[in-house]
Amino acid sequence: MKVAETTPGFAFEKSAQGAGWNRPPIIEPDGEGELLEISMGPHHPSTHGVFRMDVALDGERVIRLKPVFGYLHRNHEQIAETASYLGMMPYTDRLDYFCSLSNNWAYALAVEKLVGQAVPERAEYIRVILAELTRVQNHASAIGFLIQEMGASGTPLMYAFREREKILDLFESLTGSRMMCNYMRFGGCRVDVSAAWLDATRKVVAGLPHFIDEYEALLTGNEILMARTQGVGILKPELAVNAGITGPMLRGSGVNYDIRKVDHYGIYDRFKFRVPLGDHGDIFDRYMVRILEMRESIGILNQALKEIPAGPVMDPKAKIRGFKPKPGEAYGRIEAPKGELGFYLISAGAPEPYRFRVRPPSLINLTVLEDMCLGHNVADVVLIFGSVDIVLGEVDR
Amino acid sequence: MKTAEEIKAAIEAAVPGAGVSIVTNPSPSAQHSLMLNPSDASAVAMFLRDDEELALDFLSNVTGVDYLDKEISEKVKVTRQVSKTVDGVEQTVEETVEETRKHVEPGYLETVYHLFSMKKKHGPVVLRMRTVNRTDQVELPSFTPIWRSAEFQEREVFDLYGIVFTGHPDLRRLLMWPEFKDHPMRKDYVEPDDFEYEPTAHDSVLARAKAQQSLTAGTESAEAVQ
Amino acid sequence: MAADQELKIELGKQGVFVTTIEELYNWGRRSSVWPMQFGLACCAIEMIATTMARYDLARFGAEVFRPSPRQADLMIISGTVTKKMAPQVVRLYNQMAEPKYVIAMGACAISGGPFKQGYNVLKGIDRYIPVDVHIPGCPPRPEALLQAFMTLQKKIDGQSLTGENRPRHLDVNAQGEFPVPAQGEHDLEPPANRLVWPLPAKQGLGARD
Repeated sequence: MKVAETTPGFAFEKSAQGAGWNRPPIIEPDGEGELLEISMGPHHPSTHGVFRMDVALDGERVIRLKPVFGYLHRNHEQIAETASYLGMMPYTDRLDYFCSLSNNWAYALAVEKLVGQAVPERAEYIRVILAELTRVQNHASAIGFLIQEMGASGTPLMYAFREREKILDLFESLTGSRMMCNYMRFGGCRVDVSAAWLDATRKVVAGLPHFIDEYEALLTGNEILMARTQGVGILKPELAVNAGITGPMLRGSGVNYDIRKVDHYGIYDRFKFRVPLGDHGDIFDRYMVRILEMRESIGILNQALKEIPAGPVMDPKAKIRGFKPKPGEAYGRIEAPKGELGFYLISAGAPEPYRFRVRPPSLINLTVLEDMCLGHNVADVVLIFGSVDIVLGEVDR
Repeated sequence: MKTAEEIKAAIEAAVPGAGVSIVTNPSPSAQHSLMLNPSDASAVAMFLRDDEELALDFLSNVTGVDYLDKEISEKVKVTRQVSKTVDGVEQTVEETVEETRKHVEPGYLETVYHLFSMKKKHGPVVLRMRTVNRTDQVELPSFTPIWRSAEFQEREVFDLYGIVFTGHPDLRRLLMWPEFKDHPMRKDYVEPDDFEYEPTAHDSVLARAKAQQSLTAGTESAEAVQ
Repeated sequence: MAADQELKIELGKQGVFVTTIEELYNWGRRSSVWPMQFGLACCAIEMIATTMARYDLARFGAEVFRPSPRQADLMIISGTVTKKMAPQVVRLYNQMAEPKYVIAMGACAISGGPFKQGYNVLKGIDRYIPVDVHIPGCPPRPEALLQAFMTLQKKIDGQSLTGENRPRHLDVNAQGEFPVPAQGEHDLEPPANRLVWPLPAKQGLGARD
């Protein structure tokens, strides 16, 4: 059976499918005739932003799939070479624009590693509280978008955004902005939290378990969800590890690797929380891992809100003006809601970084999109893509 | 976790003749890196991935860095034989003169890899590889056959820096459009001049906007000054 | 016209409704502007939040967000337009049927925003297509998008059916496709559409015609 050809340049043949255990498999088309070549995106209702996939179909089955990036390439790394270290903090908000506080923390962590800066305890607690709130609203929105692509016309998304609005109100009263918070600093946080804010947070967190129960009651036992997601988009754990997948996608395949437990960054060692793992690596497992991670985050939030000590939120010896780190380099990473978000900084002794590299979890998680989608129908491609949970700002930087 | 010296010793034991040197990191992060010789880098990478103790199965980050040609000028004391007239008599005298000697150290492109182990939960191990120069000898071996996560990241380094990764299954531009010709993250990249109308221009942007105006003065001024 | 207004109210109380064709026409148009589902970057999330239950754009007439440009009236450019994406934005704008409007939401769509110095960032979508309402902010709050929507509705209300200032969809000579920029070797070609984005007059920077 001759493998049908695609137009030269479309859905590249050079990917050497099948020529190695960690390469995408070769799928033979069933019938005769030409392959249907579609470009899904960059303007597409389901592609989470400006993302394009060149797909070659045999009827409805995907034979080849190649993602095309760069439609939101906004040159963070080049801008960093002329902006100061502190000047790049607002830009990190705009990488993964759902989770601006996690991005801030990852960058602050990398710079603190570069200069050996300590962080006071209260600031660490605040960082954990904000990061876990970010994780809850990110996972809720991700599931909302996934279910919307399944055809639920936005209702789960409305529920998720209802909770998200409550959390964004907290962020706004603390940092001044709903989404682009720009709150962490090298050596702590920008302003202190008030007792009133902590009370408001406790109220919001107290309402979260009920919200997740409501969400699960609508979704987890739903026949359509189970039929469309179980057994679809399977990712084997060996391939996931080799392809550098991190985050809920990796844990959905059963690999126990959570950077909060591995790197012991911040004060995560003080909190008791479990790491949910999936069995099969399909979309349903990733969905369940996200739901369970939301519950674990609520546990961490309750512990942190109870134990938060008094004290300064910024190291008094931290240098803010004239910040010129000595030459050297550092790689700092955190468990962002989407995966491992890392910042690699090379300093040459100047006020600007010599090299500012963002390790984007969303881009690297898309490495295996091809593997997961080949052989499935076009309708499944949209769901598999939604289960990867990407944000284009991070993919293209 | 082994220190950089121990890893270097392990590599040299497993892959004899491998060129590995340690690059110390002066910052408090103490993440020292191992510089690999491009010719045996693939063998070293396989060893690092498959070794029982290291088990570095997770390639987290691939970064490209650009270092420009550096012009180094040093002042050197040179003694020379010079003929001079002393008291009316020609003599050859030794004279010490200070000269400035300049030479150009060629720049290079560098790729930095951060490796972790998901099995043993340790890391990072930092590897570096350098090209010979920035102009024509810009090939490095690709790690994509060993770690699939390098696939898109090496494409991005190729797109933005111009390093050609031999052995990459699908090396084409990732972020810029295919007809684009430059490598924008290089230090000597000049952006296209499209700053035209700036309502609050200041400093360098004002200078650029003025330059843009004077460029188009010939074509537009006739219509503008009505 | 004030006397007419009082007369209208009086007649209205008697059950007689008096208006002009222009008012009726514009009222129908502005009350059902359907935006295109076109989110580029972070501003898109605020746009989605505006359509959610808390801020609810639907009560202003933007009932559905259509993915297809053929069925949409309004393109909300929410997010940074990169040079790689710019030709597709212009193509989508060309594919929309008249009457069509554009809201440039956020600093990036107006002028490139915080990413202005990037080599891949288009410094404002103004360069290729005409924009009706600009919303500053990074990202603008959902209330700002609501106000922009109301501003657009006021603008539509003020359009006349005949005469010099009639809107583009009633003027055959003003219609046509906007040229799609090509992706050249170093930059987009042309870098701007001179009919839409003219250079400022030579007398001092900051002066516009």
